[in-house]
This record gives sequence, C-alpha cells and structure tokens, in this order.
Amino acid sequence: MKTYTYTEQKDTRSGFGAALAELGKRNPKVVALCADLTGSLKMDEFAKNFPDRFFQAGIAEANMIGVAAGLAVSGLIPFTGTFANFSTTRVLDQIRQSVAYSNTNVKICASHAGITLGEDGATHQTMEDIGQLKMLPNMTVINTCDYNQTYAATLAIAEHDGPVYLRFGRPKVPNFTSLDAPFVIGKAIHLVEGKDVSIFATGHLVWPALEAAKLLYEEGIEAEIINIHTIKPLDKKAVLESVWKTGCAVTAEEHLMNGGLGDSIAQLLSLEEPSPLEMVAVDDKFGESGTPEQLMVKYGLDVPHIVEAAKKAIERKKKS
Amino acid sequence: MATIETMKALASQVRRDIVRMVTGVQSGHPGGSLGCADFFTAMYTSVMNVNPNNFTLEGNGEDMFFLSNGHISPVWYSVLARTGFFPVSELATFRKIDTRLQGHPTPAEGLPGIRIASGSLGQGLSCALGAALAKKIKNDKNIVYSLHGDGELQEGQIWEAAMFAHARKIDNIISTIDYNKQQIDGTIEDVLALDNLRGKWEAFGWMVFEMNGHDFDDMLQTMQKAKENTGKGKPIMILMHTHMGQGVDFMVDKHTWHGTAPSEKQMQEALLQLAETLGDY
Repeated sequence: MKTYTYTEQKDTRSGFGAALAELGKRNPKVVALCADLTGSLKMDEFAKNFPDRFFQAGIAEANMIGVAAGLAVSGLIPFTGTFANFSTTRVLDQIRQSVAYSNTNVKICASHAGITLGEDGATHQTMEDIGQLKMLPNMTVINTCDYNQTYAATLAIAEHDGPVYLRFGRPKVPNFTSLDAPFVIGKAIHLVEGKDVSIFATGHLVWPALEAAKLLYEEGIEAEIINIHTIKPLDKKAVLESVWKTGCAVTAEEHLMNGGLGDSIAQLLSLEEPSPLEMVAVDDKFGESGTPEQLMVKYGLDVPHIVEAAKKAIERKKKS
Repeated sequence: MATIETMKALASQVRRDIVRMVTGVQSGHPGGSLGCADFFTAMYTSVMNVNPNNFTLEGNGEDMFFLSNGHISPVWYSVLARTGFFPVSELATFRKIDTRLQGHPTPAEGLPGIRIASGSLGQGLSCALGAALAKKIKNDKNIVYSLHGDGELQEGQIWEAAMFAHARKIDNIISTIDYNKQQIDGTIEDVLALDNLRGKWEAFGWMVFEMNGHDFDDMLQTMQKAKENTGKGKPIMILMHTHMGQGVDFMVDKHTWHGTAPSEKQMQEALLQLAETLGDY
C-alpha cells in the first residue's frame, strides 16, 4: 500500500499565517482582521508587513464579522481570525445575515478548532462549528489536515468568490502533504487506494487514518483513505465511487457526530447508497482540560478507534 | 439639489406608498417608515452623491448608504424607486412571493440600492464601518452613511462598532439614529432606557449633531455641517428627532404602529391626509 512520511510536525495555524502573509504580497485586495489573537492566529507577519490592510478589532467578534462584510461589499477580500468557537457560535447570527445571506466574500479563518485546543477546556474547544456553519446556505466549509494543506487552502480561498469557513488548529501535527499539491475546493484527495472499507477523514484525523490503514493492512484489510478537506460542498462523486467499490465506510473527525463530516456522509449514503457506516467522532459531549494527546485518546479520536470502526463496518457489510 | 417644495411633495407620495404597500399585504412596519420618509427623501434627493442609473455593490466613486433597522424597508424601497433605482411599479410586489422587495432588505434578490441584508438588528453599523474603511483603502473621498433605530441601540454589537469606529479613526462615516423613542413593546423609556444618548456617543468618541427629522431646512443644514466635519479623526453621529407614524394623525407617536398594518378603512383615512403628488404606483 501507499505510505506517507513526514520530516517535521508543524501547526496548521502557522500554515495559515504564512499563506496570509504571502497573499498580502500577491493580492492588494486581501485585508485581515483579528480579535485580539494575532499571535495565536499567526497573523503577525501580515499585520507587520501590511499595516494599512490589517485591522485589530479587539475582543469584539460580532463587530469584526460585520466590518468584514462591509469591506467585502466594497470589493476587498477580508480574512477574519480568531478561535473557532468565537468565529462561529459567538457570531452565528452576524455570519448568517451579513455574510451568508448577503453572500459577502468574507473568509472566516478559525484556529484552535476541536478538542486539541487542550488545556483551556470546553469553553474554548468547539466541536459544533462545522455543523453550525455548514447549515448556512452559500457557505463553504473547509477543514485542513496539516501545515502544507492549510497553506494551500488559504491561498485557494482568496481566489474563491463567496463566504468560506476555514478551520484549522493549535497543535503540531505531522506535515505530510506536499506543499505543491493542488488544492481544489470541493475535491476530495485519495491518499490510499483500498477495496475493503472507505475511510473518510478530515482535519487532524487524516494522519491517524493513514496510521490506521497501515495497521489494517498488516491484518489483511485494504482500507481506502480519502481526505475530505472540503466538508461543504461535499465531493459526493468521490464518496460514492469509493463506497460502490468498498461497500462500507468510516468517517473520522475532531467534531461532534451531530453536524460533522460523518453526518454529511450519512445523509449522502442514506439517500444514494445505503451502506454500513461507522463514525469516529464525539457523541454529544463537551470537552475538558488535558493535553491534546490525552484528550484525543479519551474522546476516542485516535488510531485504535479508527481501526476498530473499520473492522466493525466490514463486519456489518458481511452480515448484510 | 431638490427644492424644499419638491422634497415635501416627494415625501408625501412616499408616505402614500408606505401605507399602501403595508396595507396591501397586511404586514410590514409603517410606523418607523413614515417617521423616516422626510429623511430618506432628503438623503436621496439632496444629501448623498449616488448614481441610481448605474448601481454597483462596490460603490466606487459615490456615497454609500446602509440601513441597519431593516424593518423600515417600505420607506427605503419607495424612495429608491421614486429616485430611479428601479421601476415604481415594482412597489406593488412588496413582501409578495418572488419579489425583490423582501420583507427586510437583501442583496440576494439583486434589488438595486441594497448592499447587505438587514433585519436582525445591530449589524449595520459594523458593515457601514467596513465600507468606510474600504473607501480609505481605495482612496475614495466619498462618504458612507447609515441609519439606525433607537431601539436597535440596545444591541451590544452597536457599541462594539462605536468603540471600533473611534479607535480606528473612521472619520468618513455619518450615521443617523431615528430617535422616535418608541419600540415594539412600548416606549424606549419603559422597555430599556437609553438615558443620556448624546452623552453615550460622545463618550465613545463620536462627534454628535442633532436635527429635526421632519424639517428639511434643518436636515440639509445639519448634514452639510456633518459633511464639513468628516476627515477630522472622528466618526459622526446624528440624533434625528422624529415621530413614529408622522403624517398620519392616528399613528403619530404610537408604538402600536411599529409593525401593524392598517385595515382598508384605516388606509383610506390615512390617504386622505397625504396628497398624491406623483401618482400612486
């Protein structure tokens, strides 16, 4: 089977920050706003190099979203930055009316998504954000898996005309994708070909899915690994073609089952190709304090759980 | 610039439009709409530099207007139509299926004059500030205007925006508050008092003017003064004193007309008080 390696671990947010600074050079229409988390979002370089196009919004996220909408109406391309919870739940109505319904070209860039935010605990961890944002018409939802992909996605969304939610995170994770890999919004990436089970992973769960594929292979199971970086619009063709081949599926994500990638794929499969589906996600719970590694284990978002889910999906397929 | 007589005539027709539109669908918000008829008339005929024949979302090289209290859409639609943004006949579609004149304004239907959706209150000032920042980036010397309800000031986002505007020295915005002192549930005083409203805006670093929203001379002079004070490092706020329901005697200053449509009989009674100056749609 095809395997992947990496030379270093890097945080996805740094990929965002580096690409934003690059966009500053490339595109004079790109402007950025941050709600008092410039360092955490790695927006310092943009702020330093392009002070006339950077706006410190202070701890006032609702206003930040509205200002971004006004900038977008005027033909600029605003990128907002704050933690994922404050980028979504806190400002959902502002996003709904001033961004999604108004179809303004705002890029809502959210770091520290999911449980890997770690020690700050549940007030700051969001595992509801994908669900909230994907329900808004006009909104594109992207969740990247490593530094390089976040870099590529940040460049790509500047070229996309319309509202985007770009979700990334805090911890350092294996940087295994190629920096020059094409990033096409809405186009899933086949990482490993397989015939026994389709594993659809997004964000920080893509690397553990690859690790799981190796363990499964050792047991004679050929898992197909597909990186769903764009949750909306979902690459339905890629999902269905894979499931037609394998007959069962697993989804893996750092999000609640409700509203996440698993929910999107369950909907698609129910409508188009009913098949056994197992979800590696958090079942209707808030997070808590701990290190990212401890939390991923405690909440079942790790390699053993993906392996177990794959075997269970295959068993169900055999029974049916 | 239109003459005062022309503006009065237009405002009378706009009030007729409002009453007829709201009665026609038995829904909508006549009170605040009637109260702002003179303001919108002055803005679109004499204050702002706008181009009805070539409306663009970006608004380059012209003034831009943002309505934050979107429920008074009838007055905005009427004035936009009557000043050439879209056909007057389209006013008959207000709030009806397949219309561009949605209950609350939206750019989603492509109606010229509308740049952002409003209705959920408190968001328009932030959007207007974004547009004002964009004008600075683009070195466009035109002005961004916005209108807000007084009840709307109870929303927290307004005060986030108020802080932001002064901190970022956004001095190419002239905002106005429709200060009619009424909201759905009663008077502002009873529902959630705004107390020293002028002092609040001044404390947030805004330059504040006051004007009578039913006196064209006063509005034109105050707006001229406001324009002369742009570019001085401070955002500008105008407290515009108005009467909810102005022009229809049984509606004046009654919060119950915030969002209630008149009956057919009440409409006829209202229309008797409002001269048909430009022809009904």
